[in-house]
Amino acid sequence: MTQRHALGAAHIGVAVAAFGVASCMGLLQAFSLADIPFPLRSEELYYISLTAHGVLMALVFPIFFIMGLGYTLSQESLGRLAGARVAWAAFWLGAAGAALAAITILRGQSTVLYTFYPPLQAHPLFYIGATLLVVASWIWGAVMIASYRAWRREHPGVPVPLSIHGMLATVIIWYLATAGLAAEVVGMLVPWSLGLVKTVDPLLARTYFWWFGHPLVYFLLLPAYVLWYSVLPQVAGGRLFSDSLGRMVFILFVVLSTPVGFHHQFADPGISAGWKLAHTITTYAVLYPSFVTAFTIIASLEVAGRMRGATGLFNWVRTLPWGDPFFASVALAMIAFIFGGFGGAVNAAYAMNAMVHNTAWIQGHLHVTLGTTVALTFMGATYWLLPRVLGREVRFPRLARVQPYMWFVGVALFSTSYHVAGLRGLPRRVYSGSLTGDLGGPWHTLAQLAAAGGVVIFLSALTFVIIVLTTWASGRQIEAPAFEFAQALRPVSRMGVWDRFGLWTLIAMILVAAAYVYPLVTLLAHTRYGSPPFQPF
Amino acid sequence: MNVELYEKIWMWAAGVLLATFLGVIVLMAGVEAVQPPGHIETIDPATLSRDPEFAKPAVKVGSDGSVTVPVVASMFEFSPSPIEVPASRPVTFRLTSSDVIHGFEVVNTNANAMAIPGYVTQFTVTFPQPGEYLVACNEYCGLQHHAMVGKLIVTREAR
Repeated sequence: MTQRHALGAAHIGVAVAAFGVASCMGLLQAFSLADIPFPLRSEELYYISLTAHGVLMALVFPIFFIMGLGYTLSQESLGRLAGARVAWAAFWLGAAGAALAAITILRGQSTVLYTFYPPLQAHPLFYIGATLLVVASWIWGAVMIASYRAWRREHPGVPVPLSIHGMLATVIIWYLATAGLAAEVVGMLVPWSLGLVKTVDPLLARTYFWWFGHPLVYFLLLPAYVLWYSVLPQVAGGRLFSDSLGRMVFILFVVLSTPVGFHHQFADPGISAGWKLAHTITTYAVLYPSFVTAFTIIASLEVAGRMRGATGLFNWVRTLPWGDPFFASVALAMIAFIFGGFGGAVNAAYAMNAMVHNTAWIQGHLHVTLGTTVALTFMGATYWLLPRVLGREVRFPRLARVQPYMWFVGVALFSTSYHVAGLRGLPRRVYSGSLTGDLGGPWHTLAQLAAAGGVVIFLSALTFVIIVLTTWASGRQIEAPAFEFAQALRPVSRMGVWDRFGLWTLIAMILVAAAYVYPLVTLLAHTRYGSPPFQPF
Repeated sequence: MNVELYEKIWMWAAGVLLATFLGVIVLMAGVEAVQPPGHIETIDPATLSRDPEFAKPAVKVGSDGSVTVPVVASMFEFSPSPIEVPASRPVTFRLTSSDVIHGFEVVNTNANAMAIPGYVTQFTVTFPQPGEYLVACNEYCGLQHHAMVGKLIVTREAR
C-alpha cells in the first residue's frame, strides 16, 4: 500500500466489507419475499437482515466509500490532507460506531429498519453507534474544508479543481442534512432509548428524519457525479465538455437538495397540503441539475468517441471503451439513472404517489438509483482506485469486465419486477409476498422474477468482493499509475459566481429555514401526545 | 459563462419539461382537488379506548349522505374490518394508530396513507368499482407486519 493513500484505502476496505455482508442479506430478503423456502427462513431473520441491509448499504458502505474518495482526491488534486491524524481518529470512531450499531442489529435488539421510525425503539447503542458514525463523517468534512482552505491560501483567485469543487458541495449538503438527523437522534431518540424521557412525538421525529433522508440521496449521488465529471471523460479518452456548467450543477444541488423532505411525507398527517406543494416545487427543481449533467457527460463521451476516430452521427458510441470496468460501470449507472430520475419524478407527483407510496415500487426505485447509479459507479471507481492507492494490479481482469454487466442485468430484472408489483399494490418490506390475507394478490410471479434478478445481482456482488479481496491480498505489485483527471474543452481560468461557497451555503440555509421553520412551528404549537417505546421484534 | 447553442436548447427544454410536470400537479390540485392529506389534528393514543369516535370505530353515514370511516390501526390488525362503503361516493377516512406507525393501503385504489400514533390522518377517496379489496399495512410495524391485513367491501347501491 502506498503510504500516501493509506487512509483512503482503509475507508474503501471498510466500505467493501459492509457491501459484501449486506449483499448476502439482500439475497435472503428477495428469496423470503418470493416465498422460496430456505433453511432458517423466519420472520425474525427477514426483518433483522432487512435492517442490516439498509443500514449497511444506504449508510455504512457509501459513507465510508465517500470519505475514502474525498481523502484520496484531496491528496491528489490539492496535494495535501490537513489533519491526517484527526482523520485517522475519525476513521476508528466511525468504524467503532458502525460496529456497535451492527452488533445490536445482528443480536436482534434493533430490528427497526434503516428508517428507525419511533415509537419502534432500538437498543441505545444503535442510536449511539449511528451518532458516532455521523460525527466521524463531520470530522471528515472538516478535514476536507481545512485542506481546501490551506490550498486556497497558496492559490488565491485560482478556481479549485472540479473534483474538489464537487466534494466540497457534498460536504456542505451533508452538514445541512445531518442537522435534521442530529435533531432527531441526539435530541429525541438517544435520551428516549436511555429512559431519560418517557415519550417522543413520532411525526416530529419522522419530519426530522426526512429533513435528512432526501439530501442523504444527494450526498450519495454527488461523489458519483464527481467521478462522472472528473474521471470518466479521461478514461473514455476525451475531454470534459463544460467545466463551468459542472460547477453550476454542484452548486444547484447545494441550494436545492435539502428543502424537499415533505415529498416523503405526502401520506402523513400534520403537514398542510400547501407546504407539501412547496416541497414538491423544490423537488422538481432539484431534477434540473441532473438534466444538465446528462448533456455535459454525453457530450464529453461524444468528444471521446470523435477523438478515437468516429465520424458518423452515432458510431462514436461503439468506439468507447465498453470493456473497461470503470467505463462500463459508469455508463450503465447513467443508463439506470434515466429510469431512476424519471421514476423519482413519478414519486413526487401526488396522484402517482398515492399509488406507489410504500409499495414494492419503492424498493425497485431505490435499487435503480442508489443501488445502481451510485453503487455501480462506486464499484467501477474501486477498480480505478485500487491500483492507484494500493500499487497492485487488479486480479481477474476478465471477471471485472463482466461484473458491471451482470449487475445491470440483475437489477433490470429485479427492479422492473418490483416496479410492476408495486403498481399492482404489493406493500414494500414484507416477509412474504403472499401476505396472509384471504385475497392475496397477483404478485407471486413478479416476486419470483425479482428473486431471480436478486441471484444475478448477488453473483455480481460476490465477483466484485472477490476481485477486491484478491487484489488487496495478492495483486501483482506495480508502480501505482498516476491519477489523471479529465481536462475541460473550455477550462475555467478565473473564479466565478459558482465558486462562492460561502454565499451559496448561506442561500441554502435560508431555503432550509424557509422550508421547515413555519411548518415545524405550526406542528409544535398543537397539543401533542408523545408515544412510549414499542419493541415488537 | 460560455454555453453552447445545443447546450442552451437542452437546458431550456429541460426547464420547460419540469415546469410542465409541476404545472400539471398544480392544475390538478386546483381544479380536481388532487391533494395529499393536509389535516392537522392530534389525539392521545393512550386514551383511544375511551374515545367516542375510535373506541368502537364504525362506518358512519351522515344526514347529508356523507360517509365517514374512522379506522384504528394497531399491531397487527385494522379496526373495523371488514369496512363496508358504498361505490361512487366520496368516503372520508379518519385514521389513527394505537401503538406504532402503520400504513393503510387499500390495494388497487388510491387510498394509501400513514397511521401515526398521536395524529388523525384524514383523506377522502371515491371507489368507483364495487368489490372486495385487500387492506394492507405498508409500513413496517413489527415481526408480523406482513400479516397485518384487512378487508374493504365496496357495495353496489348507495345506502
